[in-house]
Amino acid sequence: MRSRLISRALGLMLCVLFAAEASAEYGLNMTRGVTDVSHSVYELHMTIFWICVVIGVVVFGVMFYSIFKHRKSKGAVASQFHESTAVEVIWTIVPVLILVAMAWPATETLIEMYDTDDAEVDIKITGYQWKWRYEYLGHDVDFFSNLSTPRDEINNLEVKNEHYLLEVDNELVVPINTKIRFLITANDVIHSWWVPDFAVKKDAIPGFINESWTRINEPGIYRGQCTELCGKDHGFMPVVVRAVQPAEYQEWLALKQEEARAEAELAKLTFTLDEQMARGEEVYNTNCAACHQANGAGIPPAFPALKGSAVAIGDVATHIDRVVNGVAGTAMQAYGNQLSDVDMAAVITYERNAWGNDTGDNVSAKDIVDFKNQ
Amino acid sequence: MSATAETVLDNNKAQEEHAHHGPAKGFGRWLFTTNHKDIGSMYLWFSFAMFLLGGCMALTIRAELFQPGLQLIQPEFFNQMTTLHGLIMVFGAVMPAFVGLANWMIPMMIGAPDMALPRMNNWSFWILPFAFALLVSTLFMEGGAPNFGWTFYAPLSTTYAPDTVTYFIFGVHMMGVSSIMGAINVIATILNMRAPGMTLMKMPLFVWTWLITAFLLIAVMPVLAGVVTMMLMDVHFGTSFFNAAGGGDPVLFQHIFWFFGHPEVYIMILPAFGVVSQIIPTFSRKPLFGYHSMVYAVASIAILSFIVWAHHMFTVGMPLVGELFFMYATMLIAVPTGVKVFNWITTMFRGSLSFEAPMLFSIAFVVLFTIGGFSGLMLAIAPSDFQYHDTYFVVAHFHYVLVPGAIFGIFAAVYYWLPKWCGRMYSETLAKWHFWLSFVGMNLAFFPMHFLGLAGMPRRIPDYALQFADFNSISSVGAFIFGATQLLFLFLVIKTIRSGEPATQQVWEGAEGLEWTVPSPAPYHTFSSPPEVK
Repeated sequence: MRSRLISRALGLMLCVLFAAEASAEYGLNMTRGVTDVSHSVYELHMTIFWICVVIGVVVFGVMFYSIFKHRKSKGAVASQFHESTAVEVIWTIVPVLILVAMAWPATETLIEMYDTDDAEVDIKITGYQWKWRYEYLGHDVDFFSNLSTPRDEINNLEVKNEHYLLEVDNELVVPINTKIRFLITANDVIHSWWVPDFAVKKDAIPGFINESWTRINEPGIYRGQCTELCGKDHGFMPVVVRAVQPAEYQEWLALKQEEARAEAELAKLTFTLDEQMARGEEVYNTNCAACHQANGAGIPPAFPALKGSAVAIGDVATHIDRVVNGVAGTAMQAYGNQLSDVDMAAVITYERNAWGNDTGDNVSAKDIVDFKNQ
Repeated sequence: MSATAETVLDNNKAQEEHAHHGPAKGFGRWLFTTNHKDIGSMYLWFSFAMFLLGGCMALTIRAELFQPGLQLIQPEFFNQMTTLHGLIMVFGAVMPAFVGLANWMIPMMIGAPDMALPRMNNWSFWILPFAFALLVSTLFMEGGAPNFGWTFYAPLSTTYAPDTVTYFIFGVHMMGVSSIMGAINVIATILNMRAPGMTLMKMPLFVWTWLITAFLLIAVMPVLAGVVTMMLMDVHFGTSFFNAAGGGDPVLFQHIFWFFGHPEVYIMILPAFGVVSQIIPTFSRKPLFGYHSMVYAVASIAILSFIVWAHHMFTVGMPLVGELFFMYATMLIAVPTGVKVFNWITTMFRGSLSFEAPMLFSIAFVVLFTIGGFSGLMLAIAPSDFQYHDTYFVVAHFHYVLVPGAIFGIFAAVYYWLPKWCGRMYSETLAKWHFWLSFVGMNLAFFPMHFLGLAGMPRRIPDYALQFADFNSISSVGAFIFGATQLLFLFLVIKTIRSGEPATQQVWEGAEGLEWTVPSPAPYHTFSSPPEVK
């Protein structure tokens, strides 16, 4: 019984020791990723890791040898040597040589990562509190990507789905085997755009445009997150990329352009209050509920309540102004170019009629267009 | 040697004669004291109180992260907890603890009667409670405490900050003033008040590491003061140092912050190096191996620490050349750090080792700090850093250098010198419990964070994807074990002070140095006339 226990314990220890090697599946180690660059990064990571392991084994080996052999309780008598210039020189020079050997491949990989020339697709990525905006430069495709995990899952009212917190309403769609350049910036605070499978992580900084690139080898869905603290919902702005065959990408691009045209057409129609409320609630939950809360109570003082607020039940023009232009110096962004005119009209209508605000106002897309043009 | 002993004997007699110059009574003693031992004790108690407070915040974080989903606290409060935990642990727990040790030990180790500037010493301590009261009071204010991380990156900490940022700024200013005064005092004491014969290259390593640390403090605390003042201007006076819309540069903030921040991490670890360099020879009963190279290594680390700051910023989009420079410089730090580890281990080699609590904490320090050093080396490789940056791998890294590094160093020092301070021995059994529970708890809390980071979990998030659940639960359990164990330490220290066995003057068989030539407990005034060092 006892020996079985010991052998189990030993087995467990060995597993832990070698886990790092065979671990990609278990989420213990860095992903190898799906690009040539991410492969190089993984190799660098493993090389430096094993160098550390070897140094650790030697150094701790000597230490534990001393701990076991040179105990006073075993009658060890201390020798009194305390200096050796030769030894000091050796253990200064050897680490330097190891480091030079390590710096060489690291430099090569870094140079490759910085080479953003000759990209075939350019995508501008803008970080907002707390969502990403993707613009396909030269293709008139421009959309926001929000967390799509229901609030009820976050608040433990519903069972969490497989991609909990790593799912969005609009994925970034890109072609494989194509050099894609990312131009990364931010609208408010600093964010950081990270997809582990591409080994791409770049800070999104307001007022500056950073560059990065990738060329994906395999189709698939790749998930990442914002990695720079950006305020309240920093943990709730994932990145989801769908990499597809170039032909499929072209189809998707055409579809997106068609959708944008259809949306513009919608703006010319009028909707009943019920239709507006239904659409508005959806828009509200995606874009507004994180701060103002689903029940409109907000989280004062940073995020004011909309329920019964002077803006939501007062003058319509002021309300439209707040949503279209935002409030400078606060978390309230300018949604004028984030939401379509139809969605804008719907969400304002929703805010003016939900939670007992009951103003009866039905704001139309035309009102929004007129406001923007005045 | 015999001459030294005689001087010490005379010294002790003189002290007995002056016994009526003992401490004043009541609260006034602590408020007005200029005695380095009193001030040292106050620093240490203050630091322990902050350690518990910052620890409670860490446990709040770990409790929320025990399972995916939001259970206990909301994201805005979570961010306040991460921010205050970091600030309190760095400025409230680790730094004051080392200043406390410096106050107690530097005069006794160099044969000086007190610190060089006793009245300033009193002031630099008494600023601290007010600085932290200012900082912590923000928790009870409208809008909540600072929520932008202990690194307070602009513009999140300026344009988008809660109103309480102003309290934070003045709190940091006060902590900075306190640190700078403390550092000036240390330098003045070491350079002017050594006993005859105590040349620089005869000083104990703890004194050496503190001398170098003090120079680092004087160099970088004003930089921190500068950067928070620029924030203050941006928040209240309409400047745009860090606001791109006004022509400023958010990245400039990070450069200035890390120019302070990187030497700061060495400020928190160098004195621990010194402590361990005192303890390992004592319990190996063998002189420290490579004293000279140890001094040179500490100096090299301190100098290099000024030219590596941007390795905290590999992903901000620096030009390639900048990236390469900071990568190479950072890798170089591994060399002197390695030299130190090799020297400690060679000191133990062929010694005659025993394993009392100070030695246990020191050995754990060497092993676990080295693991933190390894992950630091990995982080230095810029291309890999893109994958590690701002993930739990970084959290694991700096907790490995700070908890079993700085904090274990402080524990080791307290166990080592506590008998000298209060004249009583602590309970070795309780101390071993404290050590092993801390050791297990701390590794359980922080080792899984390596895996979490590599698997892709960003830091500073209140909720996480499902694949991170198991390691987060383990980590939380470890954190609570570690946290609860510190109450045992508090109990142990109080028990020692009240009812420990009397300690001898020598305390430890293998200990050498002037502090062991005075009685235990050390009299209120020591070395009123300087001992002679041969």
